[in-house]
Amino acid sequence: MLTPEEQREIEQEAASYPERRAASIDALRIVQRRRGWVSDEALADVAELLGMSPAELESVATFYNLIFRKPVGRHVILICDSVSCWIMGYTKVRDHLKARLGINFGETTSDGRFTLLPIVCLGACDRAPVMMVDEDTHLDLTPARIDAILERYE
Amino acid sequence: MLYNEPSPLEVKVLTRRFGLPNSQSLDTYLASDGYKAFRKAVEMGPEKVLEELKVSNLRGRGGAGFPTGMKWGFVPRNSPKPKYVVVNADEGEPGTCKDRLLMENDPHQLLEGMLIAGFVVDAHVGYIYVRGEYRYVIEILDRAIAEAYERGYLGKNILGTGFDFDVYTHTGAGSYECGEESALLESLEGKRGVPRIRPPFPAVAGLYQCPTVLNNVESFSAVPAIIRDGGAAFAALGTPKNGGTRLFCISGHVNKPGVYELPMGFNLLRMINEVAGGVRGGKKLKAVIPGGSSCPVLKAEECDISMDFDSLAKAKSMLGSGGVIVMDEDTCMVKAALRIMRFYQHESCGWCIPCREGTLWLRKLLARVHEGGGTQSDVPLIGELAKNMLGRTFCPLGDAAAMPTIAFVEKFREEFEAHLNGAPCPFESKPVSA
Repeated sequence: MLTPEEQREIEQEAASYPERRAASIDALRIVQRRRGWVSDEALADVAELLGMSPAELESVATFYNLIFRKPVGRHVILICDSVSCWIMGYTKVRDHLKARLGINFGETTSDGRFTLLPIVCLGACDRAPVMMVDEDTHLDLTPARIDAILERYE
Repeated sequence: MLYNEPSPLEVKVLTRRFGLPNSQSLDTYLASDGYKAFRKAVEMGPEKVLEELKVSNLRGRGGAGFPTGMKWGFVPRNSPKPKYVVVNADEGEPGTCKDRLLMENDPHQLLEGMLIAGFVVDAHVGYIYVRGEYRYVIEILDRAIAEAYERGYLGKNILGTGFDFDVYTHTGAGSYECGEESALLESLEGKRGVPRIRPPFPAVAGLYQCPTVLNNVESFSAVPAIIRDGGAAFAALGTPKNGGTRLFCISGHVNKPGVYELPMGFNLLRMINEVAGGVRGGKKLKAVIPGGSSCPVLKAEECDISMDFDSLAKAKSMLGSGGVIVMDEDTCMVKAALRIMRFYQHESCGWCIPCREGTLWLRKLLARVHEGGGTQSDVPLIGELAKNMLGRTFCPLGDAAAMPTIAFVEKFREEFEAHLNGAPCPFESKPVSA
């Protein structure tokens, strides 16, 4: 079941378009912001609200990098592995993150705090290397900076 | 996000409000000629606005460089269908980080560009499709939109002109393919972001199959200055057929990476040495990707070149989206090609086979060569595979993957060969500069 707030927010987005399904990405993100990820049940509920079949909405949900169809940790770290970040030291930053968190890409720390994922170019190439934690972009990464940044996410 | 220290060599047209206090606010915008261009456009009428745009030689800043005035001119005049204005803010080409700054520092400039587009083609609704990673940018845009509604710069009967226009932001959710205009429209309609068969082009059958003006953030953002100061003044800043300035995003091994607004036709070597402070650590320049990762790499000796669409096309590369990626002498060209291919393989939408399979096999081959498992025949095979993709994919993503690969293999063949038959990467045994 979608909560009344989720429904209200989704309806608000749907009102911006001639067809309700245009709000599909918004709706998935609204649900994900509250629940961390999009479960099968949530997907079916959103599809119904937007007048889509679950399969249609699934084709949207699985297409995009930022919609999670599996449970994730409380915070998701997305580290850019594209060319400018690689040039500026992505490898070091990645190795540091993996070692510090004790996980590989696609895994979640045992305390459920962080999930680590690679991501493509984040559009901050002049400040590489770059990562996002949840919806925040972090720039000019070094191992020391990463340690300080992670402290902020409980 | 902070805007880098400006360079004295910059010519600030689109970025002239960057750094002003509250540059995002309507008051700051109004205090520096804001919304004057819209009033002027209404006085001029659609035909004269189109004429100014053509005179300005503004060419699409998303990457393809198609003349903007001509694109707007393709929208049919007497369509019974509604028309739309759509902004491509799905900035995603690796090396490109300018639209983020334009939206963040001067959102009203973009809104005014959209308003003028709406007025010219008689559209009354506009959408800004913003990539999913730029959540805070959407918040900035939404605030600017709300302020514009409150003060009569959006909505019904704008500034008493009788013209109505509504603007909405739309979020993506992480997909490079959605930067391709027809895939963007699919995504905006709430579908999987796969491309459409073109023609028809969006000008004729775009959003909901209705006539649609679709341009990059930087293209729309250039329109107010062009109308305010005249197309000829904008054209005069650049080179013949390449009007105005361009936001160049300089990343990689330079002392002062950043986004700099420079005249079209600015020399690439000067850009690296005088604007971006030269190559870091006194290292030698090895190669530059001049316009985002899909653009064929230039060797250091090819970098004495005018940065405009035509000069780069002549050099068999592209100006693309303005992402200048600088690589020093310690950078492995095989690994660079592999990193780039990994990107395109991951972001290929899978709709057509030459792209889906081609990018996968190229990634595997490049990885094998880089790891030392390649043999002599792998090097020409990489080039052949890439050439087989060219022009045979449903949308430009396939070409975007193939073109840089061909250039890396052709220009740095000896480096690829140095990795063969079990040899370790010659650059990874050295201390890496980063």
